[in-house]
Amino acid sequence: MAKKGEIVAGVLAPHPPHLVYAENPDQNEPTAECGWETLRWGYERLRKSLSEIDYDVLIVHSPHWRTQVGTHFLGVEKFKSLSVDPIFPNLFRFHYDLTVDVNLAQGIHDEAKGAGLVTEMMTNPDFRVDYGTIVSCHMTNPDWDKPLVGISSNGGARYFNMDVLGATMLKLGEATRKAVEASGKRAVLLASNSLSHRHFTTESEVVEDMSKEHINNHNQYLWDMRMIEMMRSGKGQQVLDVMTDFTEQATAETDGGSLTWLLSALGVPDYPATLHGYGTVIGTGNAVMEWRPGQEARA
Amino acid sequence: MSKQLREDVVRKGYVLPGLPHLLLAADQNPGWQKVRQAFQKVREDLESSDIDVIVVYSTFWPSVIGHQIQAREEPEWVHVDDQFHALGSIPYKMEIDSEFARELDRSCKDRKLHSRLIDYEGFPIDTGSVVVQQLINKDNRWPMVIVSSNVYADRAETVVYGKAVRDALEKQGKKAAAIVVSSLSNRMHTTHVDPKDDHFSSKKDHEWNLKYLEFLKEGRLEDVSQLSRQFHREARVPKVTAFKPFWWLSAVMGQNNLYAGEVYEYQPVMGTGAAVIGLTPANKAARDLEFDEDDPEAFAGERGVLGSNEDMSDSSGSDNPFSGANI
Ligand SMILES: [Fe+2]
Repeated sequence: MAKKGEIVAGVLAPHPPHLVYAENPDQNEPTAECGWETLRWGYERLRKSLSEIDYDVLIVHSPHWRTQVGTHFLGVEKFKSLSVDPIFPNLFRFHYDLTVDVNLAQGIHDEAKGAGLVTEMMTNPDFRVDYGTIVSCHMTNPDWDKPLVGISSNGGARYFNMDVLGATMLKLGEATRKAVEASGKRAVLLASNSLSHRHFTTESEVVEDMSKEHINNHNQYLWDMRMIEMMRSGKGQQVLDVMTDFTEQATAETDGGSLTWLLSALGVPDYPATLHGYGTVIGTGNAVMEWRPGQEARA
Repeated sequence: MSKQLREDVVRKGYVLPGLPHLLLAADQNPGWQKVRQAFQKVREDLESSDIDVIVVYSTFWPSVIGHQIQAREEPEWVHVDDQFHALGSIPYKMEIDSEFARELDRSCKDRKLHSRLIDYEGFPIDTGSVVVQQLINKDNRWPMVIVSSNVYADRAETVVYGKAVRDALEKQGKKAAAIVVSSLSNRMHTTHVDPKDDHFSSKKDHEWNLKYLEFLKEGRLEDVSQLSRQFHREARVPKVTAFKPFWWLSAVMGQNNLYAGEVYEYQPVMGTGAAVIGLTPANKAARDLEFDEDDPEAFAGERGVLGSNEDMSDSSGSDNPFSGANI
């Protein structure tokens, strides 16, 4: 019998394009002097942590590939193009060249469809991969030497409510886990979302001027800390229980369902996540956190 | 149209839907085909006018950092919709009136709006703008300017944004058609629905759409604008804070009910209310029944939130109570 696949890590991997901008990789056209170091150091710690394990594929659920008709999966093996952020084009014009694990994508698609979810494979070769997927993948694996599976987020939180979307994402998470197990592959899952998500609507002249960066409001900060503490203390179910309130009260980017999907795929962790870093980006709250199924969180 | 027409810098206003089905798959549903044919009537209407520029406000283009104005002279790309990618790709080339874009940016700033120009190779121009350009101006007969829809903007900011467009037109002495790319009701199907079985997602949505169409047929643009909050509650999935396109359009067109209105077509597209509507300035006003909103000239809302209250006091002369607040 073929080896059973597994999810070897799950990561809350937020995607503000500012992080890639401040890293100054060759692929990105604009250049920065500095910026958002606490978060970038957080990603550095994540990369170090992931370098200790073997994995075959990154599976990323992105709030910025938004679909209203079900969940879509990238279904083309190679994508090469220029991604320009529609909100922050001054910061993110990224030349990407990436590989998709279409087999695994199809596996998750089929599993989700079998569970009654509305699904679709994206097979148009001209499609531009969304910047959320690209930023989370780049910050996690800047060498781009692993294939990825790209999953869209569904707009159900607005069409119905967060509870309805949450129920769907719990199913999608389970389908993801089953498909990974059936694939024999070792996967790292990325929930590509910020926590609290009320932005400032103006930008300072020097975008990376960190004297201007802070949380948008105290309420958001309190919620972020509450959520992080729950995740750090292994209270996965409690996080799910308050997800709707958090999403509404902190205008959180969890409205795309990425974090719910991740927690479900991990079997709703009752073990602590490691916090690699927290920081604000244009007023939003962002945490880089890692769950290692079967292992205690590292300090 | 029995009303006597009136001269204005804004010669024409249109409300147009922007889903890609109209461009790529109209033959799959007779209603979609009718909407597509209505775009042809808009094209003919434009040809009979003497406009210099088309200004597009697209609800398909959200922005966060103030208001973004497309200024790249000849943007060119092969566009694929995020969601309806299976319908195919849309190669396009546009001509943008970048001089007008710059004037508009200045006009926005004069009215204390935060705005910026977008001039980047490969910038993802939104599906709605691409679809409309392909259906009414594929040959770039008229240069266009496309402006974004800020997700946090409310009425005051959006009305001022519309007024800034008028300012810029007057400063450059240009005559324009103003277009909002938006559905009326926006509740899409959330499951796969066979194109031939397309229908309005909800009867209530349909009824509100009909009410709006009745008003617009009478030229009651400002009334419709002032009913936007109600419409947002009744017939819109609240993906953004407010239903803004009519605030913008009415402000661009002079905030009144002095129009000859024409509803070219109205059909469900993927469950949404897709209407093709034209407005031409006229002399005889419909009754002004609904005016009860404020009429701001400059934006005085959430400014300088990156700074402290102390930072605020030296720029505006008084403390800004909203600094840093989640409003
Ligand atoms: Fe985001």
